[in-house]
Amino acid sequence: MNVKVLVPTGALGITYCKKALEKGLKEKPDIIVVDGGSTDSGPAYLGKGKSKYSRSSTKSEWKTLMVAREKLKIPLLIGSAGTCGTDKTVDWFLEITKELAKELNQTIKITLLKCSQSKKDINKAFLSKNLSPLTNAPKLSSNKIISCTNIVGLAGVEQITEAINTKADIIICGRSTDASLIASLPIMNGVDRAIAWHAGKIGECGAFCTTNPRSGVILISFKKNGFFIKPVSNNTKVTPYTVSAHMVYENSNPFTLIEPGGHLDVKKAIYKKQKDGSVYVTGANWVKDNNYKIKLEGTYVVGYQSISIVLIRDESYVKSIKKWSKQVKKKVKKNVENSSLLKRKNYKIQFRFVGKNGTLGSLETKTVKPNEIGVLVVVTAKKQYECEEISKILNPLLLHHSLFKNGELPTFSFPFSPPSFNIGKKYEFCLNHVISVKNPMGIFRLEKYSI
Amino acid sequence: MKLKELVTNIRSKNAGPFLLTIDIFCSNKENFEIITKKLTKIEISKLYKAKKNQVNIFQIKQLNIIKITIPRPNIQGSCKDRDLHGASFGIILEELKIK
Repeated sequence: MNVKVLVPTGALGITYCKKALEKGLKEKPDIIVVDGGSTDSGPAYLGKGKSKYSRSSTKSEWKTLMVAREKLKIPLLIGSAGTCGTDKTVDWFLEITKELAKELNQTIKITLLKCSQSKKDINKAFLSKNLSPLTNAPKLSSNKIISCTNIVGLAGVEQITEAINTKADIIICGRSTDASLIASLPIMNGVDRAIAWHAGKIGECGAFCTTNPRSGVILISFKKNGFFIKPVSNNTKVTPYTVSAHMVYENSNPFTLIEPGGHLDVKKAIYKKQKDGSVYVTGANWVKDNNYKIKLEGTYVVGYQSISIVLIRDESYVKSIKKWSKQVKKKVKKNVENSSLLKRKNYKIQFRFVGKNGTLGSLETKTVKPNEIGVLVVVTAKKQYECEEISKILNPLLLHHSLFKNGELPTFSFPFSPPSFNIGKKYEFCLNHVISVKNPMGIFRLEKYSI
Repeated sequence: MKLKELVTNIRSKNAGPFLLTIDIFCSNKENFEIITKKLTKIEISKLYKAKKNQVNIFQIKQLNIIKITIPRPNIQGSCKDRDLHGASFGIILEELKIK
């Protein structure tokens, strides 16, 4: 047995080396696998059901992979299509694929794996105590579930196997765990589950497990009880260090990876350098969970936001920025109240000092004397109109508020006109829970298309 | 001496929207031991205003890596969050005085 998985990049949309891809194809892989999403860029994508990456870059990168697939007549699989992997972004991705099939004159079969969840069903599961919180999960309520804009379940090997089994040329999966995309075909072909999952984690970000993460393409070759991993580009290498260190990457526990249906334990894994430049990995253990659980992700709208940016260059104000902003905050609250717009409890105003502690806030340990400070003011309220009104009431204060009783009014610098911007809906993640299911496919759906 | 002088890199990342994970790549075995001793759960809980029992520290001896996982100071992308990708939290450790 020798199953080969080609991973062109850590995420579709961030570009990859086409030359390396060509080289990888010469190794005759059995499948091309690419990840299309993550929660790592924030809640707005799941909130809106939209892709982080541009349609044009997604289409252009997908086109090259579709041409590669046609050449080798092997399946092409994408997971977490359109960043958040909702049904809406899977359909968006299908539309791109159909356009390309027409442009490239390809006759193809497509299978979609849909992962969006109905709020009603998730609420039912919550009420019947079928949801369990993961570490640091926020408190959940029926109201919160019902107010979600999108909920997705993360597919694993069981669901992706069903999709691959349809014998489609192209498989477009909604939200899926990164590692399951690589692990599925090898497991279907008899590779040990632990080995396949381990390779899935190591290869999830493409060349991140090599000495040069920018090089993109990697190839994983499976035997029943081990896998070889190697980069395809000339400008990078793998070593037992770079491969094993990837277990640490964006994982809360470096020895354990929790996945649908069980967890991977790599404490006893062995990484060996091979003569051909690859690293051979064995020894991981898969622990099956008899209670099959699927992780859920969900977002809801907490309100709307507007932001203002003002630059303070006047030394006396830079020195007293805290005092100045405190006074501005107090005044704006009073002015909002006087205008009968909103009560104090119905909106929030946050001041952040870029150049002082804008990134770390109260956790900042360093004190510096900056030349200037960018004051970023964030207004959050239930309606966009309210945020806009508050920002307009705030503006004259940001422009002219003086720390002194007498003398000319100061004027501060605004880099933009208009000086404040509407952010739109503010989304937050509210689910960090798993749902127990009897049938792994129970809450997922397959759709088939022929073009 | 500051901690950053004993390491090759400190990487701070989200481990999902609710956890923050910081990987400390120590320059050698000796520094790995020094930093391991210094970075107690109490120290981390003070620096990140986290509860002590929510601080997890892993030592990966064969790689000279120390991994710290804590609840995110604010949930990723929530109103109070300032750092979507959790990119800059490792800097707090870089500045830490070791000796």
